[in-house]
Amino acid sequence: MMLDALYQEIILDHYKHPHGRGLRDPFDGEAHHVNPTCGDEITVRVVSDFSDISYDGLGCSISQASASVLHELVVGKAPAEIAAIQEAFVELMQGRGQVEPDEDVLGDAVAFAGVAKFPARVKCALLPWMAFKDAAARAGVDVGVSPEVKA
Amino acid sequence: MTFDVARIRADFPILGREVNGHPLAYLDSGATSQKPVQVLDAVRAHNERHNANVSRSVHTLGTEATMAYEGARAKVAAFINAGTPDEIVFTKNSTEAINLVAYSLGQHLKLGPGDEIVISEMEHHSNIVPWQLLCERTGATLRWFGITDEGRLDESGLEELVNERTRLVALVHVSNVLGTINDVSRIAARARQVGALVLLDSSQAVPHLPVDVRELGVDFIAFTGHKMLAPTGIGVLWGRFELLAKMPPFLGGGSMIETVTMGGTTYAAPPARFEAGTPPIAEAVGLGAAVDYLTALGMAEVHQHEQDITAYALKALADVPGVRVVGPLTPEGRGGTVSFAVDGVHPHDVGQILDAQGVQVRVGHHCAKPTCVRFGVPALTRASFYLYTTTEEVDALVRGLDQVKKVFG
Repeated sequence: MMLDALYQEIILDHYKHPHGRGLRDPFDGEAHHVNPTCGDEITVRVVSDFSDISYDGLGCSISQASASVLHELVVGKAPAEIAAIQEAFVELMQGRGQVEPDEDVLGDAVAFAGVAKFPARVKCALLPWMAFKDAAARAGVDVGVSPEVKA
Repeated sequence: MTFDVARIRADFPILGREVNGHPLAYLDSGATSQKPVQVLDAVRAHNERHNANVSRSVHTLGTEATMAYEGARAKVAAFINAGTPDEIVFTKNSTEAINLVAYSLGQHLKLGPGDEIVISEMEHHSNIVPWQLLCERTGATLRWFGITDEGRLDESGLEELVNERTRLVALVHVSNVLGTINDVSRIAARARQVGALVLLDSSQAVPHLPVDVRELGVDFIAFTGHKMLAPTGIGVLWGRFELLAKMPPFLGGGSMIETVTMGGTTYAAPPARFEAGTPPIAEAVGLGAAVDYLTALGMAEVHQHEQDITAYALKALADVPGVRVVGPLTPEGRGGTVSFAVDGVHPHDVGQILDAQGVQVRVGHHCAKPTCVRFGVPALTRASFYLYTTTEEVDALVRGLDQVKKVFG
């Protein structure tokens, strides 16, 4: 059933038990993003050496689990490595379900492969990643590609 | 004759389809209604047999098209008991109708600092943003009614809120989130007392209940065809003729002129003054057919059917643990729009799981963010009913909610 592809156990687990949730100090860059069609919001804070990424928001299971996975994948990594992860995730989300994800790069984020088959939900998954990229830029670090999100 | 839902449903081909392997349960008529064959056929017949531009041809097809377009205007006028078809301005939707009033009436009233416009927290964004823009342009002040915990307009501050500085009161007739039917008689009386005009956003009212503009005692109403069985792209502004006659044009172009020289232009009388350019002709014909369809059923009967379905749905949802309805909890004074929160589950997820079972509901802030904020929720799930809705579809919704709780339990 299609729905099982969307609501993978990993995603529901991250939604119910989010990693690293809550806004923390100190931080070097912060960004607040909203999805104007559904009203979901997220705030992401970044320390410039990526020793911590903190976040808080309101949203569906997909957007909240995506933030949790982002935290897990990115904290403590080098900018080049983060750029590669970000690029792989954006490619996966925009692949309409045709992209085979690399678990070595994406870890738990491979569970989002099913989300790519639901165009209305891709924006949900990308919301925290867009906010993260902006927050990193404000902290003075470029983490590469900008996901293009179409309504 | 009793209201025969099965016979009505047979007129709507789309209601026979399946979605994700389940019979379609279309519970999103508040967003847009489905269209009966009578409307689809009327549009098709117009395009196949009578298509030409309106109001400018001496040829036969042009005359037929003009008669059909103006005939639709007369049908709409009769449907809402307007004084004359000249009080019916065709627009593209409610949003354009409201923007037309904000622009043209705003100019006519020569609004400025010290003037006040009053709206409410219950409005769709289309009855908020045009007034915010008008206030930005003119320096007028925007004020608003709040909402009670029961989901009704809070009229407790009426005397202070609508005062001698108030020039216009613009209110939602039936809330697209809460379902509340606003009885605006007290507010309209107060507005008249202080010399203010009243506009109603009747987008969720005209499709669902009898509306008589002369009984309402207001100055303008806006509504849209696609929520009342007609195609998209055709909306209506009704305005009292003497007011329309004083208002300057909104958009300039063909059809809205009396005479044009290189030095200047004089304008046609309403409604043509407000219908610049080629209008949505086939869509207007479709709206005329929709009005015929609704008139044959009887709007009081349509409303009664929706009241019955709403009573059934409110009772069924009250029995689902963890579901909280936002808005009036009994069918009195409310329409067939029921918004609710499901404990611990975001509306996006609720809507997704319902969709997998063929149940089509709207999720999100419903273009009424201030209403959601008033009730402390970022978003809601909304089921909205119409003349073709059945109790079986409500049952499918309730079964779907059990599935939601299984996935997120």
